[in-house]
Parts: sequence; C-alpha cells; structure tokens
Amino acid sequence: MTIMNMKKRMKKISALRRKRIAGPILVVAALFTIGTAFGVASALPSAQQTPASATSPLVSQGKAIFLRGCSSCHGLNAEGGSIAPALIGVGGAAVDFQVGTGRMPMADMSMQAMQKKPLYDPAQTAALAAYISSLAPGPASVTNENLNWERDGNIAQGGQLFRTNCAMCHNFAGQGGALTNGKYAPSLMGVEPKYVYEAMVTGPQSMPKFTDATITPQEKLSIISWLQSANHEQNQGGASLGRVGPFTEGLVAWTLAIGLLIGVSTWLALKAK
Amino acid sequence: MSTQIERFEDPGLPEHLHRKADTDPKAAKRAEQQVAILFLLSAVGTVGTIASYIWVHPQVYLYIPILGSTNVQQACIGLGLTLATLTIGLGAIQWAKKLMPDVEQVQERHEFRSSDKDRDDLTKTVENRVEETGIARRPLIKRTLGLALGLVGLSPLVLLRDLGPMPGKYLDTTDWTAGTRLMLDPANTPIRPEDLEVGAVAQVLPELPAGTERTLENIGKDAVLLIRLRPEDFNLDPERLSWTYNGIIAFSKICTHMGCAVALYEQQTHHLLCPCHQSTFDVTRAAKVIFGPAARPLPQLAITVDANGYLVAKQPFTVPIGPSFWERNSKNG
Amino acid sequence: MADKKTSPTTRTGKLAAGAANYADDRLGSAGYLKKNLNKIFPDHWSFMLGEVCLYSFVILLLSGTFLTFWFDPSQRDVVYQGAYTPLSGVSMSAAYASTLHLSFDVRGGLLMRQIHHWAALIFMVAIVVHLFRVFFTGAFRKPRETNWLIGIGLLTFGIIEGFLGYSLPDDLLSGTGIRIAEAILQAIPVVGSYLAFFAFGGPFPGTSFIPRVYMVHILLLPALFLALITVHLMMVWYQKHTQFPGPGRKESNVVGYPLMPVYMAKAGGFFFIVFGVTAFLGAVASINPIWLYGPYTPGQISAGSQPDWYMGWLDGLVRMAPPLETHWLGHTISWNILLPSLVLPGLIFVGMTFYPFIEAWISGDHREHHLLDRPRNVPNRTALGAMSIAFMVIALANGGNDIIATHFHLTINGIMWFTRIGLFTVPPIVFIITKRVCLSLQRADRDLVLHGRETGRLVMLPSGEMIEVHEPISDARKWTLTQHQQPEALPAPLPEEALVGWKGKLRKRMNEAHNVQVPAATLSELKELGDSHH
Repeated sequence: MTIMNMKKRMKKISALRRKRIAGPILVVAALFTIGTAFGVASALPSAQQTPASATSPLVSQGKAIFLRGCSSCHGLNAEGGSIAPALIGVGGAAVDFQVGTGRMPMADMSMQAMQKKPLYDPAQTAALAAYISSLAPGPASVTNENLNWERDGNIAQGGQLFRTNCAMCHNFAGQGGALTNGKYAPSLMGVEPKYVYEAMVTGPQSMPKFTDATITPQEKLSIISWLQSANHEQNQGGASLGRVGPFTEGLVAWTLAIGLLIGVSTWLALKAK
Repeated sequence: MSTQIERFEDPGLPEHLHRKADTDPKAAKRAEQQVAILFLLSAVGTVGTIASYIWVHPQVYLYIPILGSTNVQQACIGLGLTLATLTIGLGAIQWAKKLMPDVEQVQERHEFRSSDKDRDDLTKTVENRVEETGIARRPLIKRTLGLALGLVGLSPLVLLRDLGPMPGKYLDTTDWTAGTRLMLDPANTPIRPEDLEVGAVAQVLPELPAGTERTLENIGKDAVLLIRLRPEDFNLDPERLSWTYNGIIAFSKICTHMGCAVALYEQQTHHLLCPCHQSTFDVTRAAKVIFGPAARPLPQLAITVDANGYLVAKQPFTVPIGPSFWERNSKNG
Repeated sequence: MADKKTSPTTRTGKLAAGAANYADDRLGSAGYLKKNLNKIFPDHWSFMLGEVCLYSFVILLLSGTFLTFWFDPSQRDVVYQGAYTPLSGVSMSAAYASTLHLSFDVRGGLLMRQIHHWAALIFMVAIVVHLFRVFFTGAFRKPRETNWLIGIGLLTFGIIEGFLGYSLPDDLLSGTGIRIAEAILQAIPVVGSYLAFFAFGGPFPGTSFIPRVYMVHILLLPALFLALITVHLMMVWYQKHTQFPGPGRKESNVVGYPLMPVYMAKAGGFFFIVFGVTAFLGAVASINPIWLYGPYTPGQISAGSQPDWYMGWLDGLVRMAPPLETHWLGHTISWNILLPSLVLPGLIFVGMTFYPFIEAWISGDHREHHLLDRPRNVPNRTALGAMSIAFMVIALANGGNDIIATHFHLTINGIMWFTRIGLFTVPPIVFIITKRVCLSLQRADRDLVLHGRETGRLVMLPSGEMIEVHEPISDARKWTLTQHQQPEALPAPLPEEALVGWKGKLRKRMNEAHNVQVPAATLSELKELGDSHH
C-alpha cells in the first residue's frame, strides 16, 4: 500500500506546490493580507471568519485545543504575536513536528524550543494539525509508514546530501552542534523518520527549509535512510566517544592514557616490600 | 653570623631494608610464580590474537557495556595484543622489583669541565690551527667563502620552484560569469526562484561548460549558498538589493577567514555561522561580520533569472572569494 | 643476595657472557660494556615520562610501517566499492578509499590505524608532560641546556608530524584542516600565495599535496626524529640522569639501580606496558572514524570541526583572534590569521627555547646542577610554568568551544568572550597564586622541620591547656626539606657592573624576584627552639 500511497501523496504535494509556486509573491501577499485581516478580525471576536473547509469535527476539536493551549502566544486565530510567529500556512507538518516532539508548547521562552515529552497525544496533535491546515495550505504531516525510505532511499546518496546540507549544523554523524548565542542544532539520533522529514520541509526554529525542489522527496528519503544507518552505526573500533571528533579523543589521551601510564610508572618506581 | 648557623646534615643513604622475597624463600617462590603467570598470560594473549584473526568473522558485532555494539574481531585482536604485551611488561617489572637486587647503588659523577691545563692546551691548539688556515690574515678568502656558503643554499630552494605554478590571477577569479546558471549541489540541476520558499536554503555551484568535469578546485572557489528571506527583512543598500532576486540572496560559501564552508544558516536570526572559527555573518546586511575572527563579509553574488526562468549570475563576483592573500586588492571591499 | 657477584655458572649466564666476548673480539667493547652495564639510573615515576615518548615513537614506527603497506597516498578520483556500504558508489580520493579499505577489508587494519593514532596522541601528551617535569624541576639547567633545545625541537616537529598524519586520510575533517593550513600559508605577507601554490602544486586542494605530505610524514620527519632522539638519549646517557634530592643524593653522585639487570628489566618491561596501553585503547576506543566523516570536498563541512589536541590551542587562538586586516596599496595583510597562528606561537616557542639561558642570566647561576629542584623551592619558575599552562588551557578550551557549548549548555559567544579576556587576565592571576602557594609550602616545610609532624593526638597540660602532640620528623626528611640552595649561598651574586643601565636594572629586579624564598629551617633554629621548650 505504502508505495502507491506515497507516490500519490508526493503527487499531491507537488501539485499543491506547483499551484503555490505559480505565484510566490501572490502567496506571500495573500498570506500577508490574510494575516492582517485576521489580526483585525481577532480584535472583533464576533466577526470571526472560518474557512469553509474548517467545519469538520476534527478541525473544531483542534481549534478548541488551540484556543486553550496555543493561542496565548500564537494569537486567537494563529495570526502570531510579539513572542510567537503566525501559524497560518505552516501546514500540518509543522504542527506534527513541533507538538509531536514536545517542542510546543514551549516550557521556557528564554530558550530554544527543546524536545521533551509531548503534552498532547497523537489524536490531539492530529486535530491541531487539521485545524492549522484548515487555515491555509501548507506542507501536510506525514507518517513513518508512508515514508518508504528503506525502498526508495539510497544510503550513500543520503550521506552525500547530509554532508552538503545538514552536517554543518548537525555534525558529520548527526550528533548535533552549537549555533550562535546558545542555540544549537539537536542530535538526530533516534529521531523518528517522519519528524526528520517534516523538519526538512518546514524548517523549525533556526533550521532553514529544504524545499522539494532543492532536495526532492526521494532525496529526503535518502537522507532519512542515511540517518537510520547512522543511528544503527556499529562501533567498528570500540567506544564511540560521542562521535564529536578529536575533542574527546584528546580528553581520553590526557586522562585515561597518560593516567594509566603514570600509574604503572609509579608502581614501577615503588620499592618492593 | 652566617658562620655560626648550623644547617642540617645529610644523614646519608638510608639503611637497606630487605624485601620479603630476600629473606623468605616462600615469598620468593610466590614472586617467581607471579612473574611466570604473567608471562604465561602473554602467551595466552598471543594465541588469542591469532585465533581471533583466523576464526572471528569480521562482520560480527556484540553489545558490550560502555563500548556499545562493537566489532568483535577488532576488539578481540586488540585485547589479545593488549594481554600479550601488557603482561610481558608487568612480568618483567615485577621480576625486577621482587627478585632482582634492590640495593640502591651510588655512582660518582665527574664534573664535565676538564682540568684547566687541558683547557688551556685545547684553547692554544684551536687558536693555532685557526691561525694556520690563515683565514684571519686573508680577508679575501674569508669574504668569498662567506658569500659562497651564503648562496649555496639557494640552489635547492630554486630547484623547488617547479613544485607548482605561479598563482597569477587564479585567486581573484571564480567560474561565475554573467549568465552562469546556478546548479544544485550535489544534484547538478538548475534552479528557479520558485523552488525556494522563504526560509529555504540551497547549496549551488556554477554550471560548467559542457564536457567540463567539476573538480574539487572548482568547488573550492565556486561554492555558493542561496538563501531566501522575506524581501522586507533585507537591510541592504540599493545596489546590493539589486543583486538579490525576490528575496533570494547568494553568498560565496568559502569563509573569508580561512576558507571553511560557511553554511550554518539560522533562518530566524538570519545569521550565518562558520563552524571552524565561529565567524558570524548577518545575511540581512550583506553578510557583514558580527562576531568572530573574520574581517570581511562573505562576497555576495549578484543573481537574476534568465529567459527560461532559471536563476543565473548577473555578473562575476566583484571581489576575490575566500581567505586573504598578499596580492588581494580590496578596492571593491 | 650475597652471592650475586659470583661469576655466572648457569647456562644462560654463560651464553650471555659468550655473546659479550664475541662482541669484544670484534669491537673491543669489553671495557665500555663493563663500565656501562653498571651505569646507575635513579628511579622515579616522572623519569618514565621520557620513556613513554620514546616507546610511543617506536610504536608509531611499527604501526606506521604496517599502514604504509595498504595506504595509497594519491588524490586521484576513485569510486568506492568496498565493505563499508554507506559509502558505496561515492566518488573519493584513492587516499581516502585506501584508508577505508585498510579499516574494513584488512583484518586488524583498523586496530593498527587506531594504535597509530592513539600512539601519536600519547606521544604528544607524554612530550608535554615530560616537558613539564623537566621545567618544574629545573632539569634544563647547566649542563643540560642542549637537551632542552633538542626537546623543544622534538615537540615542534611532533606537532607538525601529527598534523601531517591527521591530513593524510583525506576525509572531510582532515581536508578542512588542510584548507585552514593553506589559508595560513596564503596569509604570509608577500610570498603567501606563491608558497600555497607551490605546496599544493597549484590551486587548493589539487592532487599533489597528499603524496608530498606522505613523503614528509613517513620519511623526512621520522628520520629527523630518529636523529634527534638518538642525540637526546646519548646526552642523557653521557651526562647521567638527574635525581631528586634526598638523603645520600648529592650533586656529585647518582643513586639508583644498575643498567643490568634491574633497569633493563624495568625499562624493557615498560616498553611493553606502553604498547599494551596503546593496544588497549586501540581495541576499545574509537579514534578518527574517517568513514563517518566522509570524503573531503571543499563545499562540505561538519559542525564541531577541530584538530587533534596538540593543534587545538592554535585553533583556539585563531578562533578568539580579533577581526583585523590591513588593506594597503592593493595589498591585504590578515592579522586575524598571522597573529594567532604564526606570531604568537612563534613568540611562545622562542621564549620556551631560550628559557634556560634567560633563567641563567637572571640568576647568575652558571654551575652544573644534577640535583633537581623541588618546584616549590623556585617559586618564580614554578609560577611562570603554571601561568603558561593556564594560557594554553584557555586557548585549548576555546579550540573546543563548540563542543563545550553543546555539552554544558553554554554559548559559543560566551566562551569566546570568556577566553578572550581570560587569556590575558587568568595567567597573571595564576602566576601570583602559584607563587604564593609555593611560598606557603616552603613555610609549611619549615614548620614541619622545626615543629614536627602533627599527630592528631591531643594532650592536656597541667595548666588545663590542650595541645596537639607534634612528633619530630626523621633526619632524612629534615635533610630533604632543607637541603636546597639558599639565596645567600649563591656562588657569585650578580656583579655590580652587570647591573647598570636599564638592562642591568631589569636583571637586578628579576634576580630579586627569582630569589624570593622562605629561609629553610636550620639546625641552629631547631636547637634554639628545643632549648626554649625544655
């Protein structure tokens, strides 16, 4: 089922995109207008407008959760506020990624949104995603099942793409790395494929977006394949020392190695009893 | 007064204390056995090393605490070798400590300075011999020899000249010219502005003439990072703004500090960070340096679209890309 | 014990003696050997640090030779088809591909690579710790200045050799390192771009660099090491080892164990210990997993790119450098590269090289020294050493600022500012603190000699006052704590005529600072105290 589904989904995504691509400025302008309109509208609660598609029970359930849990920062109509961005047009993928990994709602506003135990269960997350998707088109959320990376991904190609596009922040082995002023690119070890996919499509927090035109869906699956292989990378030469490069190796040389040798030297120079 | 001060005196070498092994034959026997066991363990280690080499399959992995899922053959050969060598060392040292004589012995040192007479003789001899060469009296020889010795080292240096070509204008130029299409790295396909959403980045290289193979030297000077921002986020002068296209801005990816690939783009702050030395560039202000050791902004590549809607370079880079060099002319920044 | 001097009667003894005689028939070596088999070596754990260097060098030669049998030092393009599937079909240099082959298709190949790299790290760590030992105990003083110079040479070449070795596999990390080295070459005023083009045989990265570096790495520098190490050891042999002060140990003697058999067994055994520890690390701890880094291409990079630790301090200095460049008449001078990577390290190494001569000039002490200083007894030198270490640690920490930032939830900007300021402020503070600690320790020594050891036993005096019982320390201990040279005992205080002019004044002030000491306890003082107590 999955191959066909995926192909269909891909087609759907690219169709959507082509439609949007037709006039990127228009879209930006439209979003801007919608945003402004919603901003104005939110000042007048009675004048709230709901897009026609946003009437299903799932959407209203999502909206209810949104109003309770998200609107204090993102605005009553997801139009954004001084401390949080607008969510109109970010799509279900962004919701699934941010809420599904526990990054949203944020626990501590002073820091970068961190992965933690999700507050909402998958059903609630799906409802939220449905609500946000109903506001404006955006990348749809995906599931691990319909990402057929084992079949369509190529590990070696994924490695090439990863080193060109991802390793500069996430490190050569996906261990994460430092960004400016305390921000960081998280470790990608153990991250579910769908979240990797959604992050590439939506560009959460500091991360830039990797559109399907610059990294095709197939290439994204290759990156996921490579990451899966990196996740299960065996330790060819013993303890991995964190896979962060020579830093830990130097630490081991300065502690364990020279420590052992000085220990034996001390024993050697000690008079026997 | 100082003559009256009594200082402590050297009590001399402490009395030698006998070890157990010196007096108790049982202890000596025990020490002998310890050493023998260590040497035997070494033999076991060598057998283990050879056995692992022959019989352990190279693709077998085993979970070991701390080490994680580890290659068994590598670990077995290594630990076999460890056992084989470490125990020889431990055995030999134990042998020396417990069974070899442990009475500290004293050896006198001799002062290195020779007797005054010998030194006088030597001084005279050396002076005489130098005199015999006549170098002091024949300044012509002295000077010409100095010249010759000073110059002779030049030949090998000159012979090294052909190690490489002259740099010429190589460091000033790249493969980007007006109309060169931007090709995605590593896919090597052209790219349209619509392919990038706001917040998206792409790594691109110039399209090379058909039949030209892209080399690492090309990548080393041509690599470019494309970033799409909201046009209103830019804080550029009109000329630099005209080098962007619909919010898409292009920078050389080669750091102006030491040439690392600068590509850590933070889409919220619009900062670009170099992972080697943490130079930070502000994309909205034409990659102005806002932190770290880099002294110059990343060169910006002027871009536009061609008739087919593909992104192309409007013109070559106006400044040399990458790290500084002596001949680098900074007239354009 | 008693009969150890009797002539050998066992078969093994006879065999060994026979070999010695065989050699003497051809070399006349009996006299020399007889003398030298009795050569005395003092025992101290810190005297084994130099041996760690020597033995890891031997391990490097052995494991390195193994690696050359498979390594292909070529930058020609190949497509990888080996056992490591995540890189299947990837185009890379032959150097990288052959390193992968060595790691995955040669049994024990990865182990040897890891042993080689661990041995290199241990070699450098041991050189530095050995240097600490020599510095803090004043072992570099006359007559051993030449060996100090050779040691500095070995350290310098060690850093270069290590960097070249790190560069050979042509992985993403090493390529990035080479790129930075190329930028340093290129930054040298006037000739920089020529040097870079000559070194790389054209534009970076080219196809010449790795084959050239390979020859330097496996032939030129090892030969130089061999020569320098040989001279270094011959000097130690000829001048005899220094020893720590203690009862019976004088400037004019050396106390320890004879070369044969004790020292031979210990030193020989220690070689296997060093090999064993290196093999252990090679077996259990991954080092330089180049297959994870991927092949080098100038367009790629990894977060947290850093060099090996012995280059880390340089990288740290480069990271914290101010963004300074001079643009002048169509020329560019990169101070942000030149200052941290050439000028500052140059000054540090020149200072280190000349230290023995500078200290002798300051102290005016030109006598031979074979007894080591206890570091506390030369506060100025010890403080200078501690200050230098502080400088290096701060630079090194900044070289790993990104890793530190992610693991301790700090910001790279914060660490950078901390180290930028700390580089100039912390070392002087460390100097002052160390000097004070040294003087306090001297005072503690003095108290120990005069008042004895605290026993922890409390006794009530008839007056009701509680006092702690102090036990006098042994005569041997008293001697050890008081034997060091007192300033007033200096052979020739600086002559007056040497102290004129600004140079003379500087020398005088430095001399005074150098001689700051707590007077050692004397027997007279102890007697006086004893009199007043009883």
